[in-house]
Amino acid sequence: MMSAYLDFIRIRFLTMLAYRVNYYSGIVIYAINIGAYYFLWKAIYGDQDTLAGFSLAQMTTYIAVSWMARAFYFNNLDREIANDIRDGSVAIQFIRPYSYLLVKMMQGFGEGLFRLLLFMVPGLLVVCLVFPVSLPADPAVWLVYAVMLVFSFLINSQINILTGLFAFFVENNEGMMRMKRVMVDLFSGVAVPIAFFPGWLESTMQWLPFQAITYLPSAVFTGRTPLSEAAGVVLLQAVWFIVLIVPILVIWRSARKRLFVQGG
Amino acid sequence: MRYGSLFWEYIKNYAKTRLTYRADFWVEIMSDMLFQGMNLIIILIMFQHTQALGGWSQAEVVFVYGFFMVPYGIFSTFFSIWNFSERYIVKGEMDRVLTRPAHSLFQVLLENVDPPSLVGSFVGLGIMGLCWSQLGLPFEWMDIVMLAIFVIGAVLIYAGLYTALSAISFYSDAPTGIVPLMYNIQNYGRYPVNIYNKIIRFVLTWLLPFAFVGVIPASYFLERKADDLSRLALMTPVMGFIVFGLALLFWNHGVKKYRGAGS
Repeated sequence: MMSAYLDFIRIRFLTMLAYRVNYYSGIVIYAINIGAYYFLWKAIYGDQDTLAGFSLAQMTTYIAVSWMARAFYFNNLDREIANDIRDGSVAIQFIRPYSYLLVKMMQGFGEGLFRLLLFMVPGLLVVCLVFPVSLPADPAVWLVYAVMLVFSFLINSQINILTGLFAFFVENNEGMMRMKRVMVDLFSGVAVPIAFFPGWLESTMQWLPFQAITYLPSAVFTGRTPLSEAAGVVLLQAVWFIVLIVPILVIWRSARKRLFVQGG
Repeated sequence: MRYGSLFWEYIKNYAKTRLTYRADFWVEIMSDMLFQGMNLIIILIMFQHTQALGGWSQAEVVFVYGFFMVPYGIFSTFFSIWNFSERYIVKGEMDRVLTRPAHSLFQVLLENVDPPSLVGSFVGLGIMGLCWSQLGLPFEWMDIVMLAIFVIGAVLIYAGLYTALSAISFYSDAPTGIVPLMYNIQNYGRYPVNIYNKIIRFVLTWLLPFAFVGVIPASYFLERKADDLSRLALMTPVMGFIVFGLALLFWNHGVKKYRGAGS
């Protein structure tokens, strides 16, 4: 059974590989975005040395690594699931002898693997050449960061699956998916690190899963969060991963009972 | 005149299709606002940590953003042709458009009008008004005329750039990733251009003139800065006509090269 799931990873990886040219322009796009924020932050720092615990050099690294992490964990599982529900093909998925959600997760993982090898890694190399990014020297940081990145992917995919499953309850969840995307970009700290948020918003964020996607791992990578505290960060990510399984299963169970297929 | 009544027919048609899914209309407006809201929140958060951005105060930067929203809303209403390449070239819908007597660009644009985006323009005007009074800027009736001229110029620049981008698909049938590329470059135009290095500033002013959609015309209404961008403000409508004119030539030439997708 397990080998069937592994095949989903492989197939998605190969499908993505066929369209790899699309991702070359993706690297340029991410570099453009990183550039916009780089200049913006440079102007904000002016002649201040540190803001919210970040030096300008750390900030540059933060922007670069956060965008490149996004290049890895980003996927359209929400859209794929919503489309399956809307065009009714989810009904076929129900009768197949596998777990639909697990298959989606595996496909997302295949896409993530592709994005890691052909988007994030070359992208980070390009960005390091263009901008003054300082990479951590300690191999332990890289190792911990790799573990955190896996959790980033898992939590982001879980949020995507949750959003996609809402198509069971509303006929068109297009707006919801767009809102989710904006919210994840803002609250995960891709655009602005959460440490910069005003106090009340920062403390709200500590009770939400978004910070575990980008902010927490990137803060460890840049050295703002010392390695000694990294174990706590990984633990927090793991907790969010487990907590988020609950609503997904609840929605999935109740949705199966009320599925109606529009048209056909 | 004929184009006027055609325009009206297209709008009526749009209203009919959209009234079927009323909830979507509001959801679209909501998600548009959320997206613009996020950019504003980013500006507000950044100004919690600094007094000025390249010599511009918070109210001024927000004013620039408010100005940007006005032409952007109008542009998104009438030029939402993001999927031109897939829908008209790859699927071959351009054939249908070309069999009719009205200009092809006019038809393509009106088939895709998106009036909910116009709400953003009004929000932008509101933001400008707020900043205007907060900055204590003098107000003359002439300002409204100038605002209208700048907005028209800015819309033409946007319209020209995206028309030209869409027209590329007449020449190369492989879907190009250039539209999302441009979409991300335009983010640069919302902030004071003097925070960028010389090359980027030059590109944003003269090659991909996104600075003319936000910061340059908006600076006309604000206090003069050291590098006095507002000198260029009156160039906005000129740039608009040049960019849009070139784009239209490029489009017309492309239509002649269009050979259909087969099937």
